[in-house]
Amino acid sequence: MPHALEIRGLEKVYANGLQALKGIDLTVESGDFFALLGPNGAGKSTTIGVICSLVNKTAGTVRVDGVDIDEDFPRAKRHLGVVPQEFNFNVFESVEDILIHQAGYYGIPLSTARQRIDIYLAKLGLTDKKRTRARMLSGGMKRRLMIARALMHEPRVLILDEPTAGVDIEMRRSMYDFLREINAAGTTIILTTHYLEEAESLCKNIAIINHGKIITNTSIKNLLRELHRETFILDARECLPAKLEVAGFQLQRVDDFCLEAQIEQGQDLAQLMSHLHEQGVTILSMRNRENRLEQMFVSLLEQAS
Amino acid sequence: MSPYEQYVALLTLMRKEIRRYTRIWTQTLLPSAITMSLYFLIFGSLIGSRIGDMGGVSYMEFVVPGLIMMAIVTNSYANVVSSFFGSKFNNSIEELLVSPTPNHIILLGFVSGGVSRGMLVAVIVTTVASLFVDLNIHSYWVVVSVVALTSILFSLCGLINAVFANTFDDINIVPAFVLTPLTYLGGVFYSLELLPDFWATVSQANPLVYVVNAFRFGVLGVSDVSVGFAFGMIGVFTMLAYLYAAHLLRTGRRLRT
Repeated sequence: MPHALEIRGLEKVYANGLQALKGIDLTVESGDFFALLGPNGAGKSTTIGVICSLVNKTAGTVRVDGVDIDEDFPRAKRHLGVVPQEFNFNVFESVEDILIHQAGYYGIPLSTARQRIDIYLAKLGLTDKKRTRARMLSGGMKRRLMIARALMHEPRVLILDEPTAGVDIEMRRSMYDFLREINAAGTTIILTTHYLEEAESLCKNIAIINHGKIITNTSIKNLLRELHRETFILDARECLPAKLEVAGFQLQRVDDFCLEAQIEQGQDLAQLMSHLHEQGVTILSMRNRENRLEQMFVSLLEQAS
Repeated sequence: MSPYEQYVALLTLMRKEIRRYTRIWTQTLLPSAITMSLYFLIFGSLIGSRIGDMGGVSYMEFVVPGLIMMAIVTNSYANVVSSFFGSKFNNSIEELLVSPTPNHIILLGFVSGGVSRGMLVAVIVTTVASLFVDLNIHSYWVVVSVVALTSILFSLCGLINAVFANTFDDINIVPAFVLTPLTYLGGVFYSLELLPDFWATVSQANPLVYVVNAFRFGVLGVSDVSVGFAFGMIGVFTMLAYLYAAHLLRTGRRLRT
């Protein structure tokens, strides 16, 4: 089975001389749920732009589902669905018309398009907005409309550029469920996001891009395994003793009922709990101070720079 | 894309374009009827009655073909320039650029919108004109083919303008500073025979001269230039505009970064 996406030596130099991509190599396996992360201006949107033909590359090769975009871009485009970061539909058209037009551009007849419209609008909770002009939709609804639009031609690879920006928590969760469902059905999903917990909960593999270069490309599990230190917040049942020390562990009192503990890789958390218990401290709840992936992300960017 | 898929894509674009201008018919179709009625009334009935014959026909009959053609030119042009630039402005052009729709279908889709509006306006303006003068068409074949070619030519010009435009002001520059002067100097209101030799020769570079005269021949059977030559020139201008528009879409100039 061909790779869903295979990028080799991708470079992009803009007319103003800015080198946005400096030789990117990236492979996304078919059926993967892949996260492409990076700070603003790292090259994520340029990479997506090249893949979907909105940006002309300077050098390199891109294959979508085994099809080289230089050899047969129209065929490559048929396998590709894109949900861009910015709204890019005519806000004066109705939701239904936007989806019909999209289907038509891929050669899908009207009768098939209408069936798919009903399916995807229902799955994305937009059925009652079918005849509404797009400008009347909320920000979250517009994002969901763009997802429905990208699925009209049932692509094998779906690229989502910040799909949940401006979407409320409840709707975000239902979008996650929907994305997991279409991924389970065989669609490869490539996601860029600034919500790292989103990437951690949805994606299997990850690439981090910075200054136009891929600085890591691995599975999320492997990446998190490389995390040497985690900081936990521990909430105690009773007021903490004035002096609290556990050999081998770095502890910091936050307030009378709250403690911060730094756990090095290989250290035993149960041992810490046991020592705390011996000193009369019962821990009621425990959580990471910050998202683990976020910690890793920041640490990798710092190393790279 | 298979031929059938291309056909579906073309139908989609045509449907979208036609619905766009019919939805706002008070802004796209009605103004031409009103403006041309005023032209017919002022230049044809009021002033024209004092001018006498021109080119062997009454002045009213003389100006009618030019005025109809003027409406076709401005509407074909305006339709494509505003629709294509609007798509660029709200980024919805990306829907098309990202899709496998071939460039020639994109071109044909937008042009067909301009042509259909041009032809619809032609019917409206001709109906209005028939209230002022008896129109006996000399050659239906010439009339239909000139209208079709002209609306294709100016639809293509509209698309080229839209590709280069950065603001809504830019899409008004060409109609105001190029199209309108060329139309007025293209023999709509006068016969080229009235011009001194030098200006009559200069006028040969104006595509509107061929468009207006070929159409006038189709309607009245009179023309300042050879109809065959006029068709040839319109064909050459159309071909050049098509090649340039296709080149712009292929290279993605001002559309892709």
